[in-house]
Amino acid sequence: MDLAKLTIKEARRALDAKEYSAVELTDAYLDAIKKKDGDIHAYVEVWEKEARAQAQRADEKIARGESRLLTGIPMAIKDNILVESNIAAAGSKMLETYRATYDATVIEKLKAEGAVFLGRANMDDAAMGSSTETSHFGITKNPHDHARVPGGSSGGPAAAVAANMALASLGSDTGGSIRQPAALCGVVGLKPTYGAVSRYGLIALASSFDQIGPFGKTVADTEVVFEAIRGHDPRDSTSLPDLQQDASRPKKIGVPRAFLEKGSEPDVLAAFETKLSQLRTRGYEIIDIDLPYTPYSLAVYYIIQPAEASTNLARYDGVRYAHTVPSETVGEMYAKTRATGFGREVRRRILIGTFVLSSGYADAYYRKARAVQDAIRTEFVRMFEYVDAIATPTTPAPAFKFGEKSDPVAMYAEDIFTVPANIAGVPAISVPMGDVERDGTKLPTGFQIIAPHRAEEVLFTIGRDVEGTV
Amino acid sequence: MSKPEVDVRALANLARMDVSEEELQKLERELPAILSFVETIQAVHIEKSERNWSLRNVMREDENPHESGIYTEKLLAQAPAQKDNRVVVKQVISRKK
Repeated sequence: MDLAKLTIKEARRALDAKEYSAVELTDAYLDAIKKKDGDIHAYVEVWEKEARAQAQRADEKIARGESRLLTGIPMAIKDNILVESNIAAAGSKMLETYRATYDATVIEKLKAEGAVFLGRANMDDAAMGSSTETSHFGITKNPHDHARVPGGSSGGPAAAVAANMALASLGSDTGGSIRQPAALCGVVGLKPTYGAVSRYGLIALASSFDQIGPFGKTVADTEVVFEAIRGHDPRDSTSLPDLQQDASRPKKIGVPRAFLEKGSEPDVLAAFETKLSQLRTRGYEIIDIDLPYTPYSLAVYYIIQPAEASTNLARYDGVRYAHTVPSETVGEMYAKTRATGFGREVRRRILIGTFVLSSGYADAYYRKARAVQDAIRTEFVRMFEYVDAIATPTTPAPAFKFGEKSDPVAMYAEDIFTVPANIAGVPAISVPMGDVERDGTKLPTGFQIIAPHRAEEVLFTIGRDVEGTV
Repeated sequence: MSKPEVDVRALANLARMDVSEEELQKLERELPAILSFVETIQAVHIEKSERNWSLRNVMREDENPHESGIYTEKLLAQAPAQKDNRVVVKQVISRKK
């Protein structure tokens, strides 16, 4: 089988028709990993023995005529999603030796499907970053250009699919951490509506933004994985009730021109415009819209996210998990454990979070940010009364070089088009929209579609049309 | 609003995190720069009427507890130090004044 051409749909057909076995398919991916991952480093750890055992059980399921959509499908799992008995380190020294004591809900669901987990995929330290450069376990390279980043924080899952070292993967998105690497690596990445997918078993970064979501080579593949992992979960108090969504066909796409033209590279904008023209020929109406509050999303995000992260990461105290620095007093143990277990970016954001929540500043920063978040969310809800979806480039530019964005604020600006969807809680997808050239190398770019709450169906419909016009 | 005083050492104390001298100096430059960037939200004027979204806490009933001790072994295995079925910690409360 040709992994470069393979999709979940095709693999399902071939597996059920017994053209090859799940074990053969998994072996093909394990071979690909052996050949390519020494260089790319999408995986922190490959679960070879377990993967083969899962593939074996998948073959038995198929033989009994009980195959489900993802039976035997080899996937990479981001390092912050718990798979019982396996290490889940969230790219961090703090959890380097931590073994998951339970399965995340999404993992339970994928196990019920009979999917195969090839290994845990690399990510930025504690999911804080847009390049995977801060991983405690080393960088991941962009398969399209090894001198450039794959994006982050889900750089590993994106690169694994882009390099045909996994047929699909799971990542997490708090400010763009699925969509931005999807765009930079030339694959499809979905951030579901906040609450659509259970966060039970996802190592928390910012609890009011985090969502687990799929990477796939096609929109159809991404949809299959989404359907498998979504659903109400009583163990996640922020999980939404199951809902039959109204599937009326989207017609109007809003483009917030003033917002997206700021700081976007001309050729990325040109690729975006070309895509819009193609969508017009497919019957969509493209409308210029104005979102006055949305440009504040990045500032709102870099107040609320560090605040929530500083709270969530307070649990890492050297007492209950993994990394610890034994000391004379409990206070010293906390201070030394946390100084050495977290990387620089993580420490920086914890301190920002501590500041914006501190007495005397919480009103001006944190509470003000929440009020502006309110306004941004309302703005989206109101805009969706006029348009069915909103479109932007996923990122202002293609993949950058390692070390290029050493200034923290320059790195944060990577998220400018992706964070609004996290702030508003709405679903968004990145679909490849063609290459641009840098230093003679072709680099992928992504087309982002944003839909109303619970309207992932709109993302898949428009996404398929974006794909179809390549 | 005026430029905030960023006492990095005080923040590090609050966050229960050691910061080296070298890092302290870097952070004393970096944190104000980040705060300048996010301060742009001060310019946003929000009408009271635009605050639409109220949050509510979602809790489950405090009932049907699982059998005591069924997860103990697994959880303890992840702790850096354990003894007699308990996680070992340094003394937290002291009798000294």
